This record gives sequence, structure tokens and C-alpha cells, in this order.
Amino acid sequence: MGFETLMGDEAIALGAVHAGLGGAFAYPGTPSTEIMESLQDLAARQKAGTLEGVSLPFVAQWCANEKTAYESALGSCFAGKRSMVSMKHVGLNVAADPFINSALVKVNGGLVVVVADDPGMHSSQDEQDSRWLADFARVPCLEPADQQEAYDMTIEAFELSEKYELPVMLRITTRLAHSRSVVATRPPLAQGPIHKPAPGMDWILMPAVARRRWHELLGKQLELKRLSEGSARNTLKAGDKKLGIISSGLARQYYLENLDDLIAARGGAPMHLHLGFYPLPESLIRELYEACDELLIIEEGYPLVERLLRGIVAPGKKIMGKETGDIPYEGELSPDIVRKAIGLPERKGLASRALTPPGRPPQLCQGCPHADSYGALKEALKDYPLHAVTSDIGCYTLGALPPYNAIETTVDMGASIGMARGAAEVGLTPVVAVIGDSTFYHSGLSNLIDAVSHNTNITVLILDNDTTGMTGAQPTILPSSRLEPVLKGVGIAPEHIRVLRAHRNEHEQNVQAIKAELAYEGPSVIVLVRECIEALKKARKA
Amino acid sequence: MNYDIVLCGVGGQGGISVSVVIAKAAMAEGLRVKQSEVHGMSQRGGEVLAHLRLSDKEPASPTIAKGCASLILSFEPLEALRYLPWLAAESGIVISATSPLKNMASYPDTAAVLAELEALPRKLLLDADAMAREAGNVKTANMVLVGAAAKHLPIKPESLIAAIREQFARKGEAIVDANLRAFEHGRTANP
Repeated sequence: MGFETLMGDEAIALGAVHAGLGGAFAYPGTPSTEIMESLQDLAARQKAGTLEGVSLPFVAQWCANEKTAYESALGSCFAGKRSMVSMKHVGLNVAADPFINSALVKVNGGLVVVVADDPGMHSSQDEQDSRWLADFARVPCLEPADQQEAYDMTIEAFELSEKYELPVMLRITTRLAHSRSVVATRPPLAQGPIHKPAPGMDWILMPAVARRRWHELLGKQLELKRLSEGSARNTLKAGDKKLGIISSGLARQYYLENLDDLIAARGGAPMHLHLGFYPLPESLIRELYEACDELLIIEEGYPLVERLLRGIVAPGKKIMGKETGDIPYEGELSPDIVRKAIGLPERKGLASRALTPPGRPPQLCQGCPHADSYGALKEALKDYPLHAVTSDIGCYTLGALPPYNAIETTVDMGASIGMARGAAEVGLTPVVAVIGDSTFYHSGLSNLIDAVSHNTNITVLILDNDTTGMTGAQPTILPSSRLEPVLKGVGIAPEHIRVLRAHRNEHEQNVQAIKAELAYEGPSVIVLVRECIEALKKARKA
Repeated sequence: MNYDIVLCGVGGQGGISVSVVIAKAAMAEGLRVKQSEVHGMSQRGGEVLAHLRLSDKEPASPTIAKGCASLILSFEPLEALRYLPWLAAESGIVISATSPLKNMASYPDTAAVLAELEALPRKLLLDADAMAREAGNVKTANMVLVGAAAKHLPIKPESLIAAIREQFARKGEAIVDANLRAFEHGRTANP
């Protein structure tokens, strides 16, 4: 047993390694990125012989996208190893196909799916709540409240997964992912050997098998609910019965932060059910509901507990939460939001007298190659009063803001090329898709294949900085030098592939090159290459 | 004992190192610490905020509640103003660097920003960049601020010095010394 100061993400990584992890796979995405970064650091320490108690090496790899990462983890699970895949919430949309279907196979080595949600959209395009997808897939979900639980629950998730032969979701949110505290660690478990699943059809989801496996999955639900009733992660504390509290995951910490004041104000602590394990413990919820005059539900994300609860208890009593407006529907929770919801007076700090500080929006770094690429693109487009520029997810999304104002769309990974294609096919030209190298490999490539197939009149700008910049400069899945052969390989005409240097010194040539490809009626790709400033700094530091 | 610190500045100003140094020193003295950082998009030149909570018992929330921070330690004057609602109204102090980082068009008049800070009941404003330069390395402005905050923190200066040594050890003796000099310069400004 030792003690380490860990971020939530790091606690999950260490928990997985201490659970005897065999293989972990991921695509970077805030706030989940540091899970794989930490795993890779731990793997390096294991190789160097400085990771105490972990004798066998384990795999920790970045993948092209969340779907490929999930499928690698599924294969590692099939091979009998404890396996983990980690991603941000929107990454689970990309991996939804393997995720939902993996609930139907007979999990072999434990399979833990870590999903980091980003309520408040600190670095995301939506704030969807992954607990709903766990519910949808009918798999158990664990939701830690702090770093210690993140570590412990990761180990529990592997045990659960193997016992019930199901993938298990571990759901965290931004503030847990990116805050640190001291974690008590356990002696590492040994990594298991390769062992294939027992002979049979349990991994072949052809309709006849899938119907049987679905039936079996539904059959497990009652058992999972029973498990939830008795789980040490779902705790019902006695207390004052005027107001009953339900908290889930991190929300508990915001409640506890205010508990002393609440006790002082009310003369005692309310009866409190905390949830860390799903499916919901229905009888504990009924017990709380029946005992209390009214209920307040505090959960981070969408109102999952609040909505499901209405199907568990008889109507009648007042239930407060996000659906009723007692807690804001949007954004993340905070100690102050919870304080207000439990009826405590607001605590005021200071304020400036006359000046309201204007927001400081994020922006491209000084010297960023994307700035020069946008400079050239905007000039090349000047001749076309009607044009469109679709874009994608990465640092270059900041090209939407002044002084660039260079892009018109950002929806999901890889959408730039698909949207450009659709717009061009129905007659809006010229249209330019701006996408980064990492995003291109993630899901841009398949859209480009459509463009080649239909000879669509689009110009794709791949901003190739040889890294995944926004998430802190993780290596792109293939190096810069491989991009051109890939483009040729899918059938872009070689004379319409241009590899240029993204630098203001080359501005004139770059403008002319973009103009020439805008004039060409077919799919063309311009790769604008220059190393990411942030990656350069990181490399110098290392 | 609870001591909540809001650390603020603009991406790339060294806020994370400060958070680590203070946290390490606090833990060396047996305090419980919770640290919260912002990663991702806002690191790209946007406002950056870290919360650091020191206590004799495990802090519950990863983030600080409004009106509860004992200290706002800011690397940039406008950012110090932004987080005033988190400062304890009756007892909290603002320690801020005075050099503005103007990376947006809407940055207010510097004098107006500084006047707002001057009007606060408890504040210490210092030209941390100049002091760091004087100490020998302009990149150590963040440690000047730690030094200036030292007497307010519930931690002994020796523990902070040990934590600075540990934090910069792998960068070599010259960097360690530069940071320690910056720390001492900061302490001199607020003895």
C-alpha cells in the first residue's frame, strides 16, 4: 500500500495497471487524454523496471479513432487480457457501434470503457451524458466521486466485467479528470495469461446468436439491479426526513462541501442516497422517497436519475432537480449551484467597481502555422463572392474567431470533408474543407474516398502539423511523410496533391496553389505542413 | 483550517508549476491538498485557472466556492479582477503581477484595471516580470509571486524552498537557483 498524488485520469490509469491490465487503447480527447498519457508513462516505467510490483509489460497505444481503439480493446479482451479503452464523451458516439454490440458478446478478459464527459463544454461541442449510453447498452456503469474512488472503481470495474461477462463503463466528468488529490494504492495484481474464450458462438453476432445473447443480456438486468441494491457504492444515510438528497458521482463532493452549513441551518443532515453504481438501486430509491417529504436530485450531466426515478416511485411528492429548474439544466455543477439548490444563502466575494473583465477567448499560439494557412486561404478565396469553408475539430477551429474569421462549420470529427462534399454535390462551389492531420486520419479519410468515388469538386486543406495539438501534442497516428502516399493511394490525382510549407514567407506561392486547385473541377488536396509550436516546445522540454 | 487559493493567468504563464510547488510544500507539512486545473482548449492563450485547496482535512469539492478564497494569486492584472467573486470578502487578499497580457482587442485600459486592483481592501501589486529580470531570469516571474505570497500561506518558507528545489531539480542547478532567487525577491517585497 502506498500513497500517490494523482489526477482523476491518472488514478484510473494506475488503477488499471494495478488491476493487471494487459492492453489499453485510446484516441486523445479532453478531458480523457491524460489517462493514456499516464498509461504510457507507466508502461515506460514498467519497461525500465521502476514500476514496483508490475512484472509483465502491458500495451498502451493511441489509435486512429475511438472506434478503432474500442475494437483493439475488444480484441485484447477476446485474447483474455484485462483491457481498457478510454475516450471523451463524443468519442463514444464514434465508438457506439462496437460499444453497444460488445454488450452482446461474452466478455472474456475484463473490458472497461472509460468515458470522460465534459459538462460545461470546456473543450467540446456538446455536453452529452454517457450514463445514458450505458443504460441504452444495458451495461453496468460506475461513477466515481473523487480520485480515490476513481482508482478503486477501476479495479472493481474489471472484476465486475469478468464476473458478469459484460463491458463495464466508468464515467467521469471534467473536474474529476483534471483535479488531483492523494490516493491510497493497493498491491498490483498479476496480469493474466492469454486465454481464448471457451469454444462456442458467443462472439459471433449473427442474428440467431445475437437474439440469444440479447435475451441473455436482458436476463442479467435483474441480477445487476440486485447487485446495485447491495453495492457499497450506493449508500443510503439516515437523517432528517423533510428533504431527501440523491447525489451521483462528483455531485456528492459539492454537496459535502456545503454539508456543515446545511447541518447548522437545519439542525441536522438530510437523509442522503449517494449513487456510484448503475443500474439504479430501485428499492433504495423507493425507501428514500417514501421516508422523505420531498427529494432533491443532484447529478452532473443530464437528469438521468431524475428521469428514471419517475418510473420507479409513485407520483405525489415533490421531486426537485434539473427537469424542474431547481438546478440548472446546462453546464457543470459547482459548490455554489448546489448551495443554492439546498436552500443556503449565496456567499458573495468581491467585485470590481466599474469594470467588467471582458472574456479572453482562446486563440492560436504566436507563430502557429495554422494562422499562415488561413492567411493564404482567405486571400485565395477573395475572387469568389460565393464560396464555403467547412472545418473540423482541433486548434484550427480557432480560425472561426477574429482576426481570421476563416471557417463556417465545425460539427464533429471528419465532418469538414463530408460537408464540403455534400455542399459541392448540390451545387455550392467552390468549397474548401479545412482539417488537421490527426482529424483526417480519425474520420476524414472515409469522406475523401466518397469524394474520389464521385469525383466531387472540393478542395481539401490538410493542416499538417504532425501532431494532435489541442489535446497537448500527442503523436499523429501516422507521421507526416505517410500522408501523400495515402492520398495517392485512395485515388486523388497526383497532380492535384500539393504539399506546401505553411509559412508566411511562402504566402504568395501558397495563395497561387490554392487558387489553382479551386479552379480545378474535381477533388484536390493541399497539404500545408509545418510543425506545431506547442509540440516543438514540448520536445525541447523533454 | 482551510486555505483556498485561486491561481489565475493566461495560458503559458507557469501557473501549473506554482500550483505544484505550493501543493508539494503543503503536503510536506502534513496538510491535505486538492488541486484543480484547466486543460484543453482554454490553454490556447485563453484565461487559465487553477484551484488549490489546502486544509487539515480532505477538501470535498475540487473547485473553490464563491466568497471562500483566502488568496487570489494572479500572473496578470485583468485575470485577478475576473476571479474577485471567489475571494473571501472580509479576509481574502489579492496578490497580482501588474504587467498586462493584451492578447485581445477588448482589453481595457491598463490604468483602469490597475485602479480597480488598487481599490481593493487587501492587495499586493508587483511588477513580477521586472523583479524576475532583476533576479536574473524573466521566466521566474511565477516564483516571484510565490515569494510575495509566502507570508500569507499556512506553510513555512523552508517547505516552499524545498518544493522549488524538487520541482526544478531535473532542469539543473542554474534553473533551481534562478527560481530560488526569484522566490527570495518576492519575499523581500512582502516581508
